[in-house]
Order: sequence, then structure tokens, then C-alpha cells
Amino acid sequence: MNTKAAAGSWSPPLAQTHVGSSRQVKPGAGSRYLLITLALSFFSLLFVLPLLSIFAEALGKGWVLYLQALKDGETLAALRLTLTICIIAVPLNTLFGLAAAWAICKFSFRGKRLLISLIDLPLSVSPVVAGLIFVLLFGSHGWLGPWFIDHGMKIIFSVPGIALATIFISFPLVAREIIPLMETQGKDEEEAALILGASGFKTFWHVTLPNIRWALLHGVILCTARVLGEFGAVSVVSGHIRGVTNTLPLQVEILYNEYQFTAAYALASLFALTSLFTLVLKFIFKRRTQATARSVA
Amino acid sequence: MSTARKRKSVVPGFKLSFGFTLLYLSLIVLLPLMALIVKTAGLSWQGFWDTVTDAQVMASYRLSFGSALIAALVNVVFGLLMAWVLVRYDFPGRALVDGLIDLPFALPTAIAGLALTALYSQQGWIGRWLEPLGIQVAFTPLGVIVAMIFVGFPFVVRSVQPVLAELDKSLEEAASSLGASPLQNFLHVALPTVRPALLTGFAMAFARGIGEYGSVIFIAGNIPFVSEISPLLIVTKLEQFDYAGATAIALVLLLASFLMLLLINLIQYLAHPHLTEEASRS
Repeated sequence: MNTKAAAGSWSPPLAQTHVGSSRQVKPGAGSRYLLITLALSFFSLLFVLPLLSIFAEALGKGWVLYLQALKDGETLAALRLTLTICIIAVPLNTLFGLAAAWAICKFSFRGKRLLISLIDLPLSVSPVVAGLIFVLLFGSHGWLGPWFIDHGMKIIFSVPGIALATIFISFPLVAREIIPLMETQGKDEEEAALILGASGFKTFWHVTLPNIRWALLHGVILCTARVLGEFGAVSVVSGHIRGVTNTLPLQVEILYNEYQFTAAYALASLFALTSLFTLVLKFIFKRRTQATARSVA
Repeated sequence: MSTARKRKSVVPGFKLSFGFTLLYLSLIVLLPLMALIVKTAGLSWQGFWDTVTDAQVMASYRLSFGSALIAALVNVVFGLLMAWVLVRYDFPGRALVDGLIDLPFALPTAIAGLALTALYSQQGWIGRWLEPLGIQVAFTPLGVIVAMIFVGFPFVVRSVQPVLAELDKSLEEAASSLGASPLQNFLHVALPTVRPALLTGFAMAFARGIGEYGSVIFIAGNIPFVSEISPLLIVTKLEQFDYAGATAIALVLLLASFLMLLLINLIQYLAHPHLTEEASRS
């Protein structure tokens, strides 16, 4: 957990580097600059230039077209759907993350290792397969599909299916951020509060939650980013009904396939900005989480 | 220790939190995955085998697995380099670069695909320089590899970085005081220590590449037998209402990712057997 601390304190004080440079372990200045240049070139080709090219494509035809693209009716409908899914999926996965972390970190039981592996499972399933399993379950030829359709509930090609597939894809993202921190914190503080007479809920609210808040926020931001941007899984269950079951990433694909490149890249640029904002928040929350973990250790 | 553990804990809420965890896990993850396995069991063995060994499907495996393997290998080299540079050297903008490494986790895959396509197409900033050299990236298998490198990169960096940061510096100092060159130091001291983390990163990047869809389909061009990945075949079969075919290919991909998961756990177990054991006992 305290990797950042170690990383930060690695470089020795300036004076020391100068004195010791001739007999220090580190490679000479030449190889140092070569390695930094190589790493940063690779990084620019892979990360920086693609980001910049999104904005170049989006703004290449001027601001008027850019703003027009964002005000399109179908695009706004897609935005509404994406936000709806976000409001359903993120709180549920957060609640799950808290419950799973509580059960795993505060108690001992058999099969804990297996439970942790199962929680991580969705991360290694292809998004397309994730979408498919819900079609197999709830589609018209599916296991439970006919029953739901008979009872007037449409799940696949509709909002519930999109929500389910998205929840699956982002399932462990909150849990796996909280569990390591809660594990290092143990349960001494909770036990003290409970012995002093606090109720279980009060203990959770006033002792546990403040302790894990940065890790929780870190998980929530990762989960939100994934939920807002999920493409493969949603693409399989959505049915692509315009203005109804198209999420924002699917709308980008439709615009692109219809050769409305400026509009597609305009939406893409919004996603790029959101992801940069996400990274800033993530950076802050991660720092705070590491500081919390250090204060325990 | 063992008596302390047997003492009944005063912390409440085990039944509630454990029950909710199991219920939610079963409903969202286990039951739907079961549906896939049951559905495949409904296929005849011959039908299943014919689907998953069809020429077009085999070509898609070669592309998906081959590209994912190459991308993961590239990421091992550059991921280790990036982690090394971030941990060992201070340079202006280091924190910024460190933060941006996670971009593939924050940027929707489809958007990454669009961005890479814009960059590597014939008119793109990079594509136009490669074009005269006869190198075409967009709409070829090379584009698939580029997209997979993009999505897999942070897995290698983030698994190697903490291990490098915690590497005991005195070991390297001892080695160099005994006359080891920087390169020898790296090969014989640093590399053996980070090897398990590097393997884990490789396996994660590889697994991610196999399943990747959003970022690949834009840049791949999706030409059957040439640049058509396996996940796309699943989507195509679903669009033709060929549920059996889609399910069969999905099962192959799922088995591949389970194998990778097993491999990752095995690597971690071999690297820190005592840690895993402790975690399972605690």
C-alpha cells in the first residue's frame, strides 16, 4: 500500500547525489537520459498523441459544429440513459463493496480466498461475453426470458438489461479498493467503540467509514468511469434502439459509422475531458488512501 | 492466537453483510455465468466442435490470441521500462505521467479506439508518416496490436511499480561495491525480484487483450480472416440470431480467461506462498 511513499523517498537528497555520483549504484547520466527519453516517447505515442488527436478531430471544423453535435436530441437522450444507468449501478456496487469488505475483513470464515477470487472474476471476462450471458439468461430464447416476457417485463434490449450488464462489468471495482485498506486497519477500533456501547450502525458510521473514506471514493470513481464508458457489454444487450436504448458510447459508434466524424469526435472529446478529470480525482484519492494506510502501519 | 480467534467477536453484522455479499454475487455473477455453461451443455458435441473450429473462427483466435500475446510482450518491455523510470528517476512532469498511466482505466474503450484510429489512419498524425514507408496500421492486424498495447499497458506498470519501489537498495549497493556493473545489477538483483510481478502484469495484459472489444473494432477494420477478433464474431453471430454459435465461441474465450486467472494466482502463490497461506487462514 505504501508504494508511493517508497517511490517518493527513493531519490536521495541533492547534495548526496552530487557527492556520491561517481560511486553510486545508479547507472550513469547517459543511460539515465536514454531510458527516460525512451519511456516518454513510448508514452507520448501511445497516450498523449491519441488524446490530442481527439480534440483536433473534434474542433477541426470549428466551434459551431462542435456545439451543434452536443445539442443533438438523440445525443441528449443517450446522455440521459447513461446517467440513469450510472445512478443505478454505482450505488449498488458501492453497497456491495462495503458489505463484502465488512464480511471479509472483520470476520474469519472458510473459503474467504475463494470468495475474493469470485468477486474479482468479472474483471477477467470479456465485455462481449458479459453481455452475452445476460442475453442467454433473459433473452426471448433464454433461461428466464420467456417468464419475464409473459409477465410484461422486458429486460434485454431495454434499460434493466443494460443496467445488469454494466453492474456485472464494474462489479468488483469498489470492493477491491476497500478490502486491502480495511484489512490493514483490522477491527480494534470497532471493537473499542462497541464495547463502549455504540450500536453496530453507529460504529460503522463514525469509526469504519471515516477510516476507509478515501479508498471508498477511489473505488467509486473507478466504478463510475467504467459505468459511464462501458461499450462491449452494453452493445450486446442494448439492441441499439435510437433515442431509447443507446448509451453515450454507443451513440459515438453510431455517429462514427454514419460518417458524422465531427460529431463522433466531439462526444469523444467530452469523454476524454471526463477521463482526465477522473484521473485527477483518482490521483488525489489514491494519495489519501496511502496516507491512511501508512498512519495505520 | 487460535484461542483468540475462536473467541466470539463483538463486531456485529456478519450474517447481514455475508448474506448480502453471497446473494448479490450469485445473482449478478454466478447465475448468469451458469447460464452460459448450461446453454453450451445443450449443444451437441459435434455442433460445438464444428462451431469452434470453423475456419473463420480459427482465424479469429489466431488474431486475438496472437495479437494479445505480442501486445503483452511489448508491454512487458515498455511497462518495466516505464516503472523503472518512474520509480528510480526524478524528472519534470513525473507525477503527471504517473497519473496518466491509468488512462486506459478511465477512458472508455470505444473512445480509445476512435483516438487511435484518428492517429494511425492514412491522414493521421502518425499514419501519414508510416504510409510512405509502406506500413499501414489502421484497418490491419497491426492496428489490433496497437489497441491491445494501449489497454494492457497500465497492468504491467502498476504491478511492477510497487515491487521496484520496495526493492532493498542496499542489495544493489552491496552488488556494485563488489564490482557489479549497472547492467549486471539490473539483471541479477532487480530483475529476479520483479519477475513474479512482471509475469502477473503480462498475464493480466494478455487476458485483457483477448477479451478486448471496444478499442479494437474501430481500428481493426474487421475484415473476415484478416482483422476480425473473436469477441466480434460473438457479436456477429448474435446479430444473426445464432445463439448456439455465439455461446460456443464465448465458452472458449471464457475458458481462456479462467486459465489466465489460474495462472496469475499460481504465480502469486509461488512468489509468496506464506502470504497466500496467511490470507486464507486469517
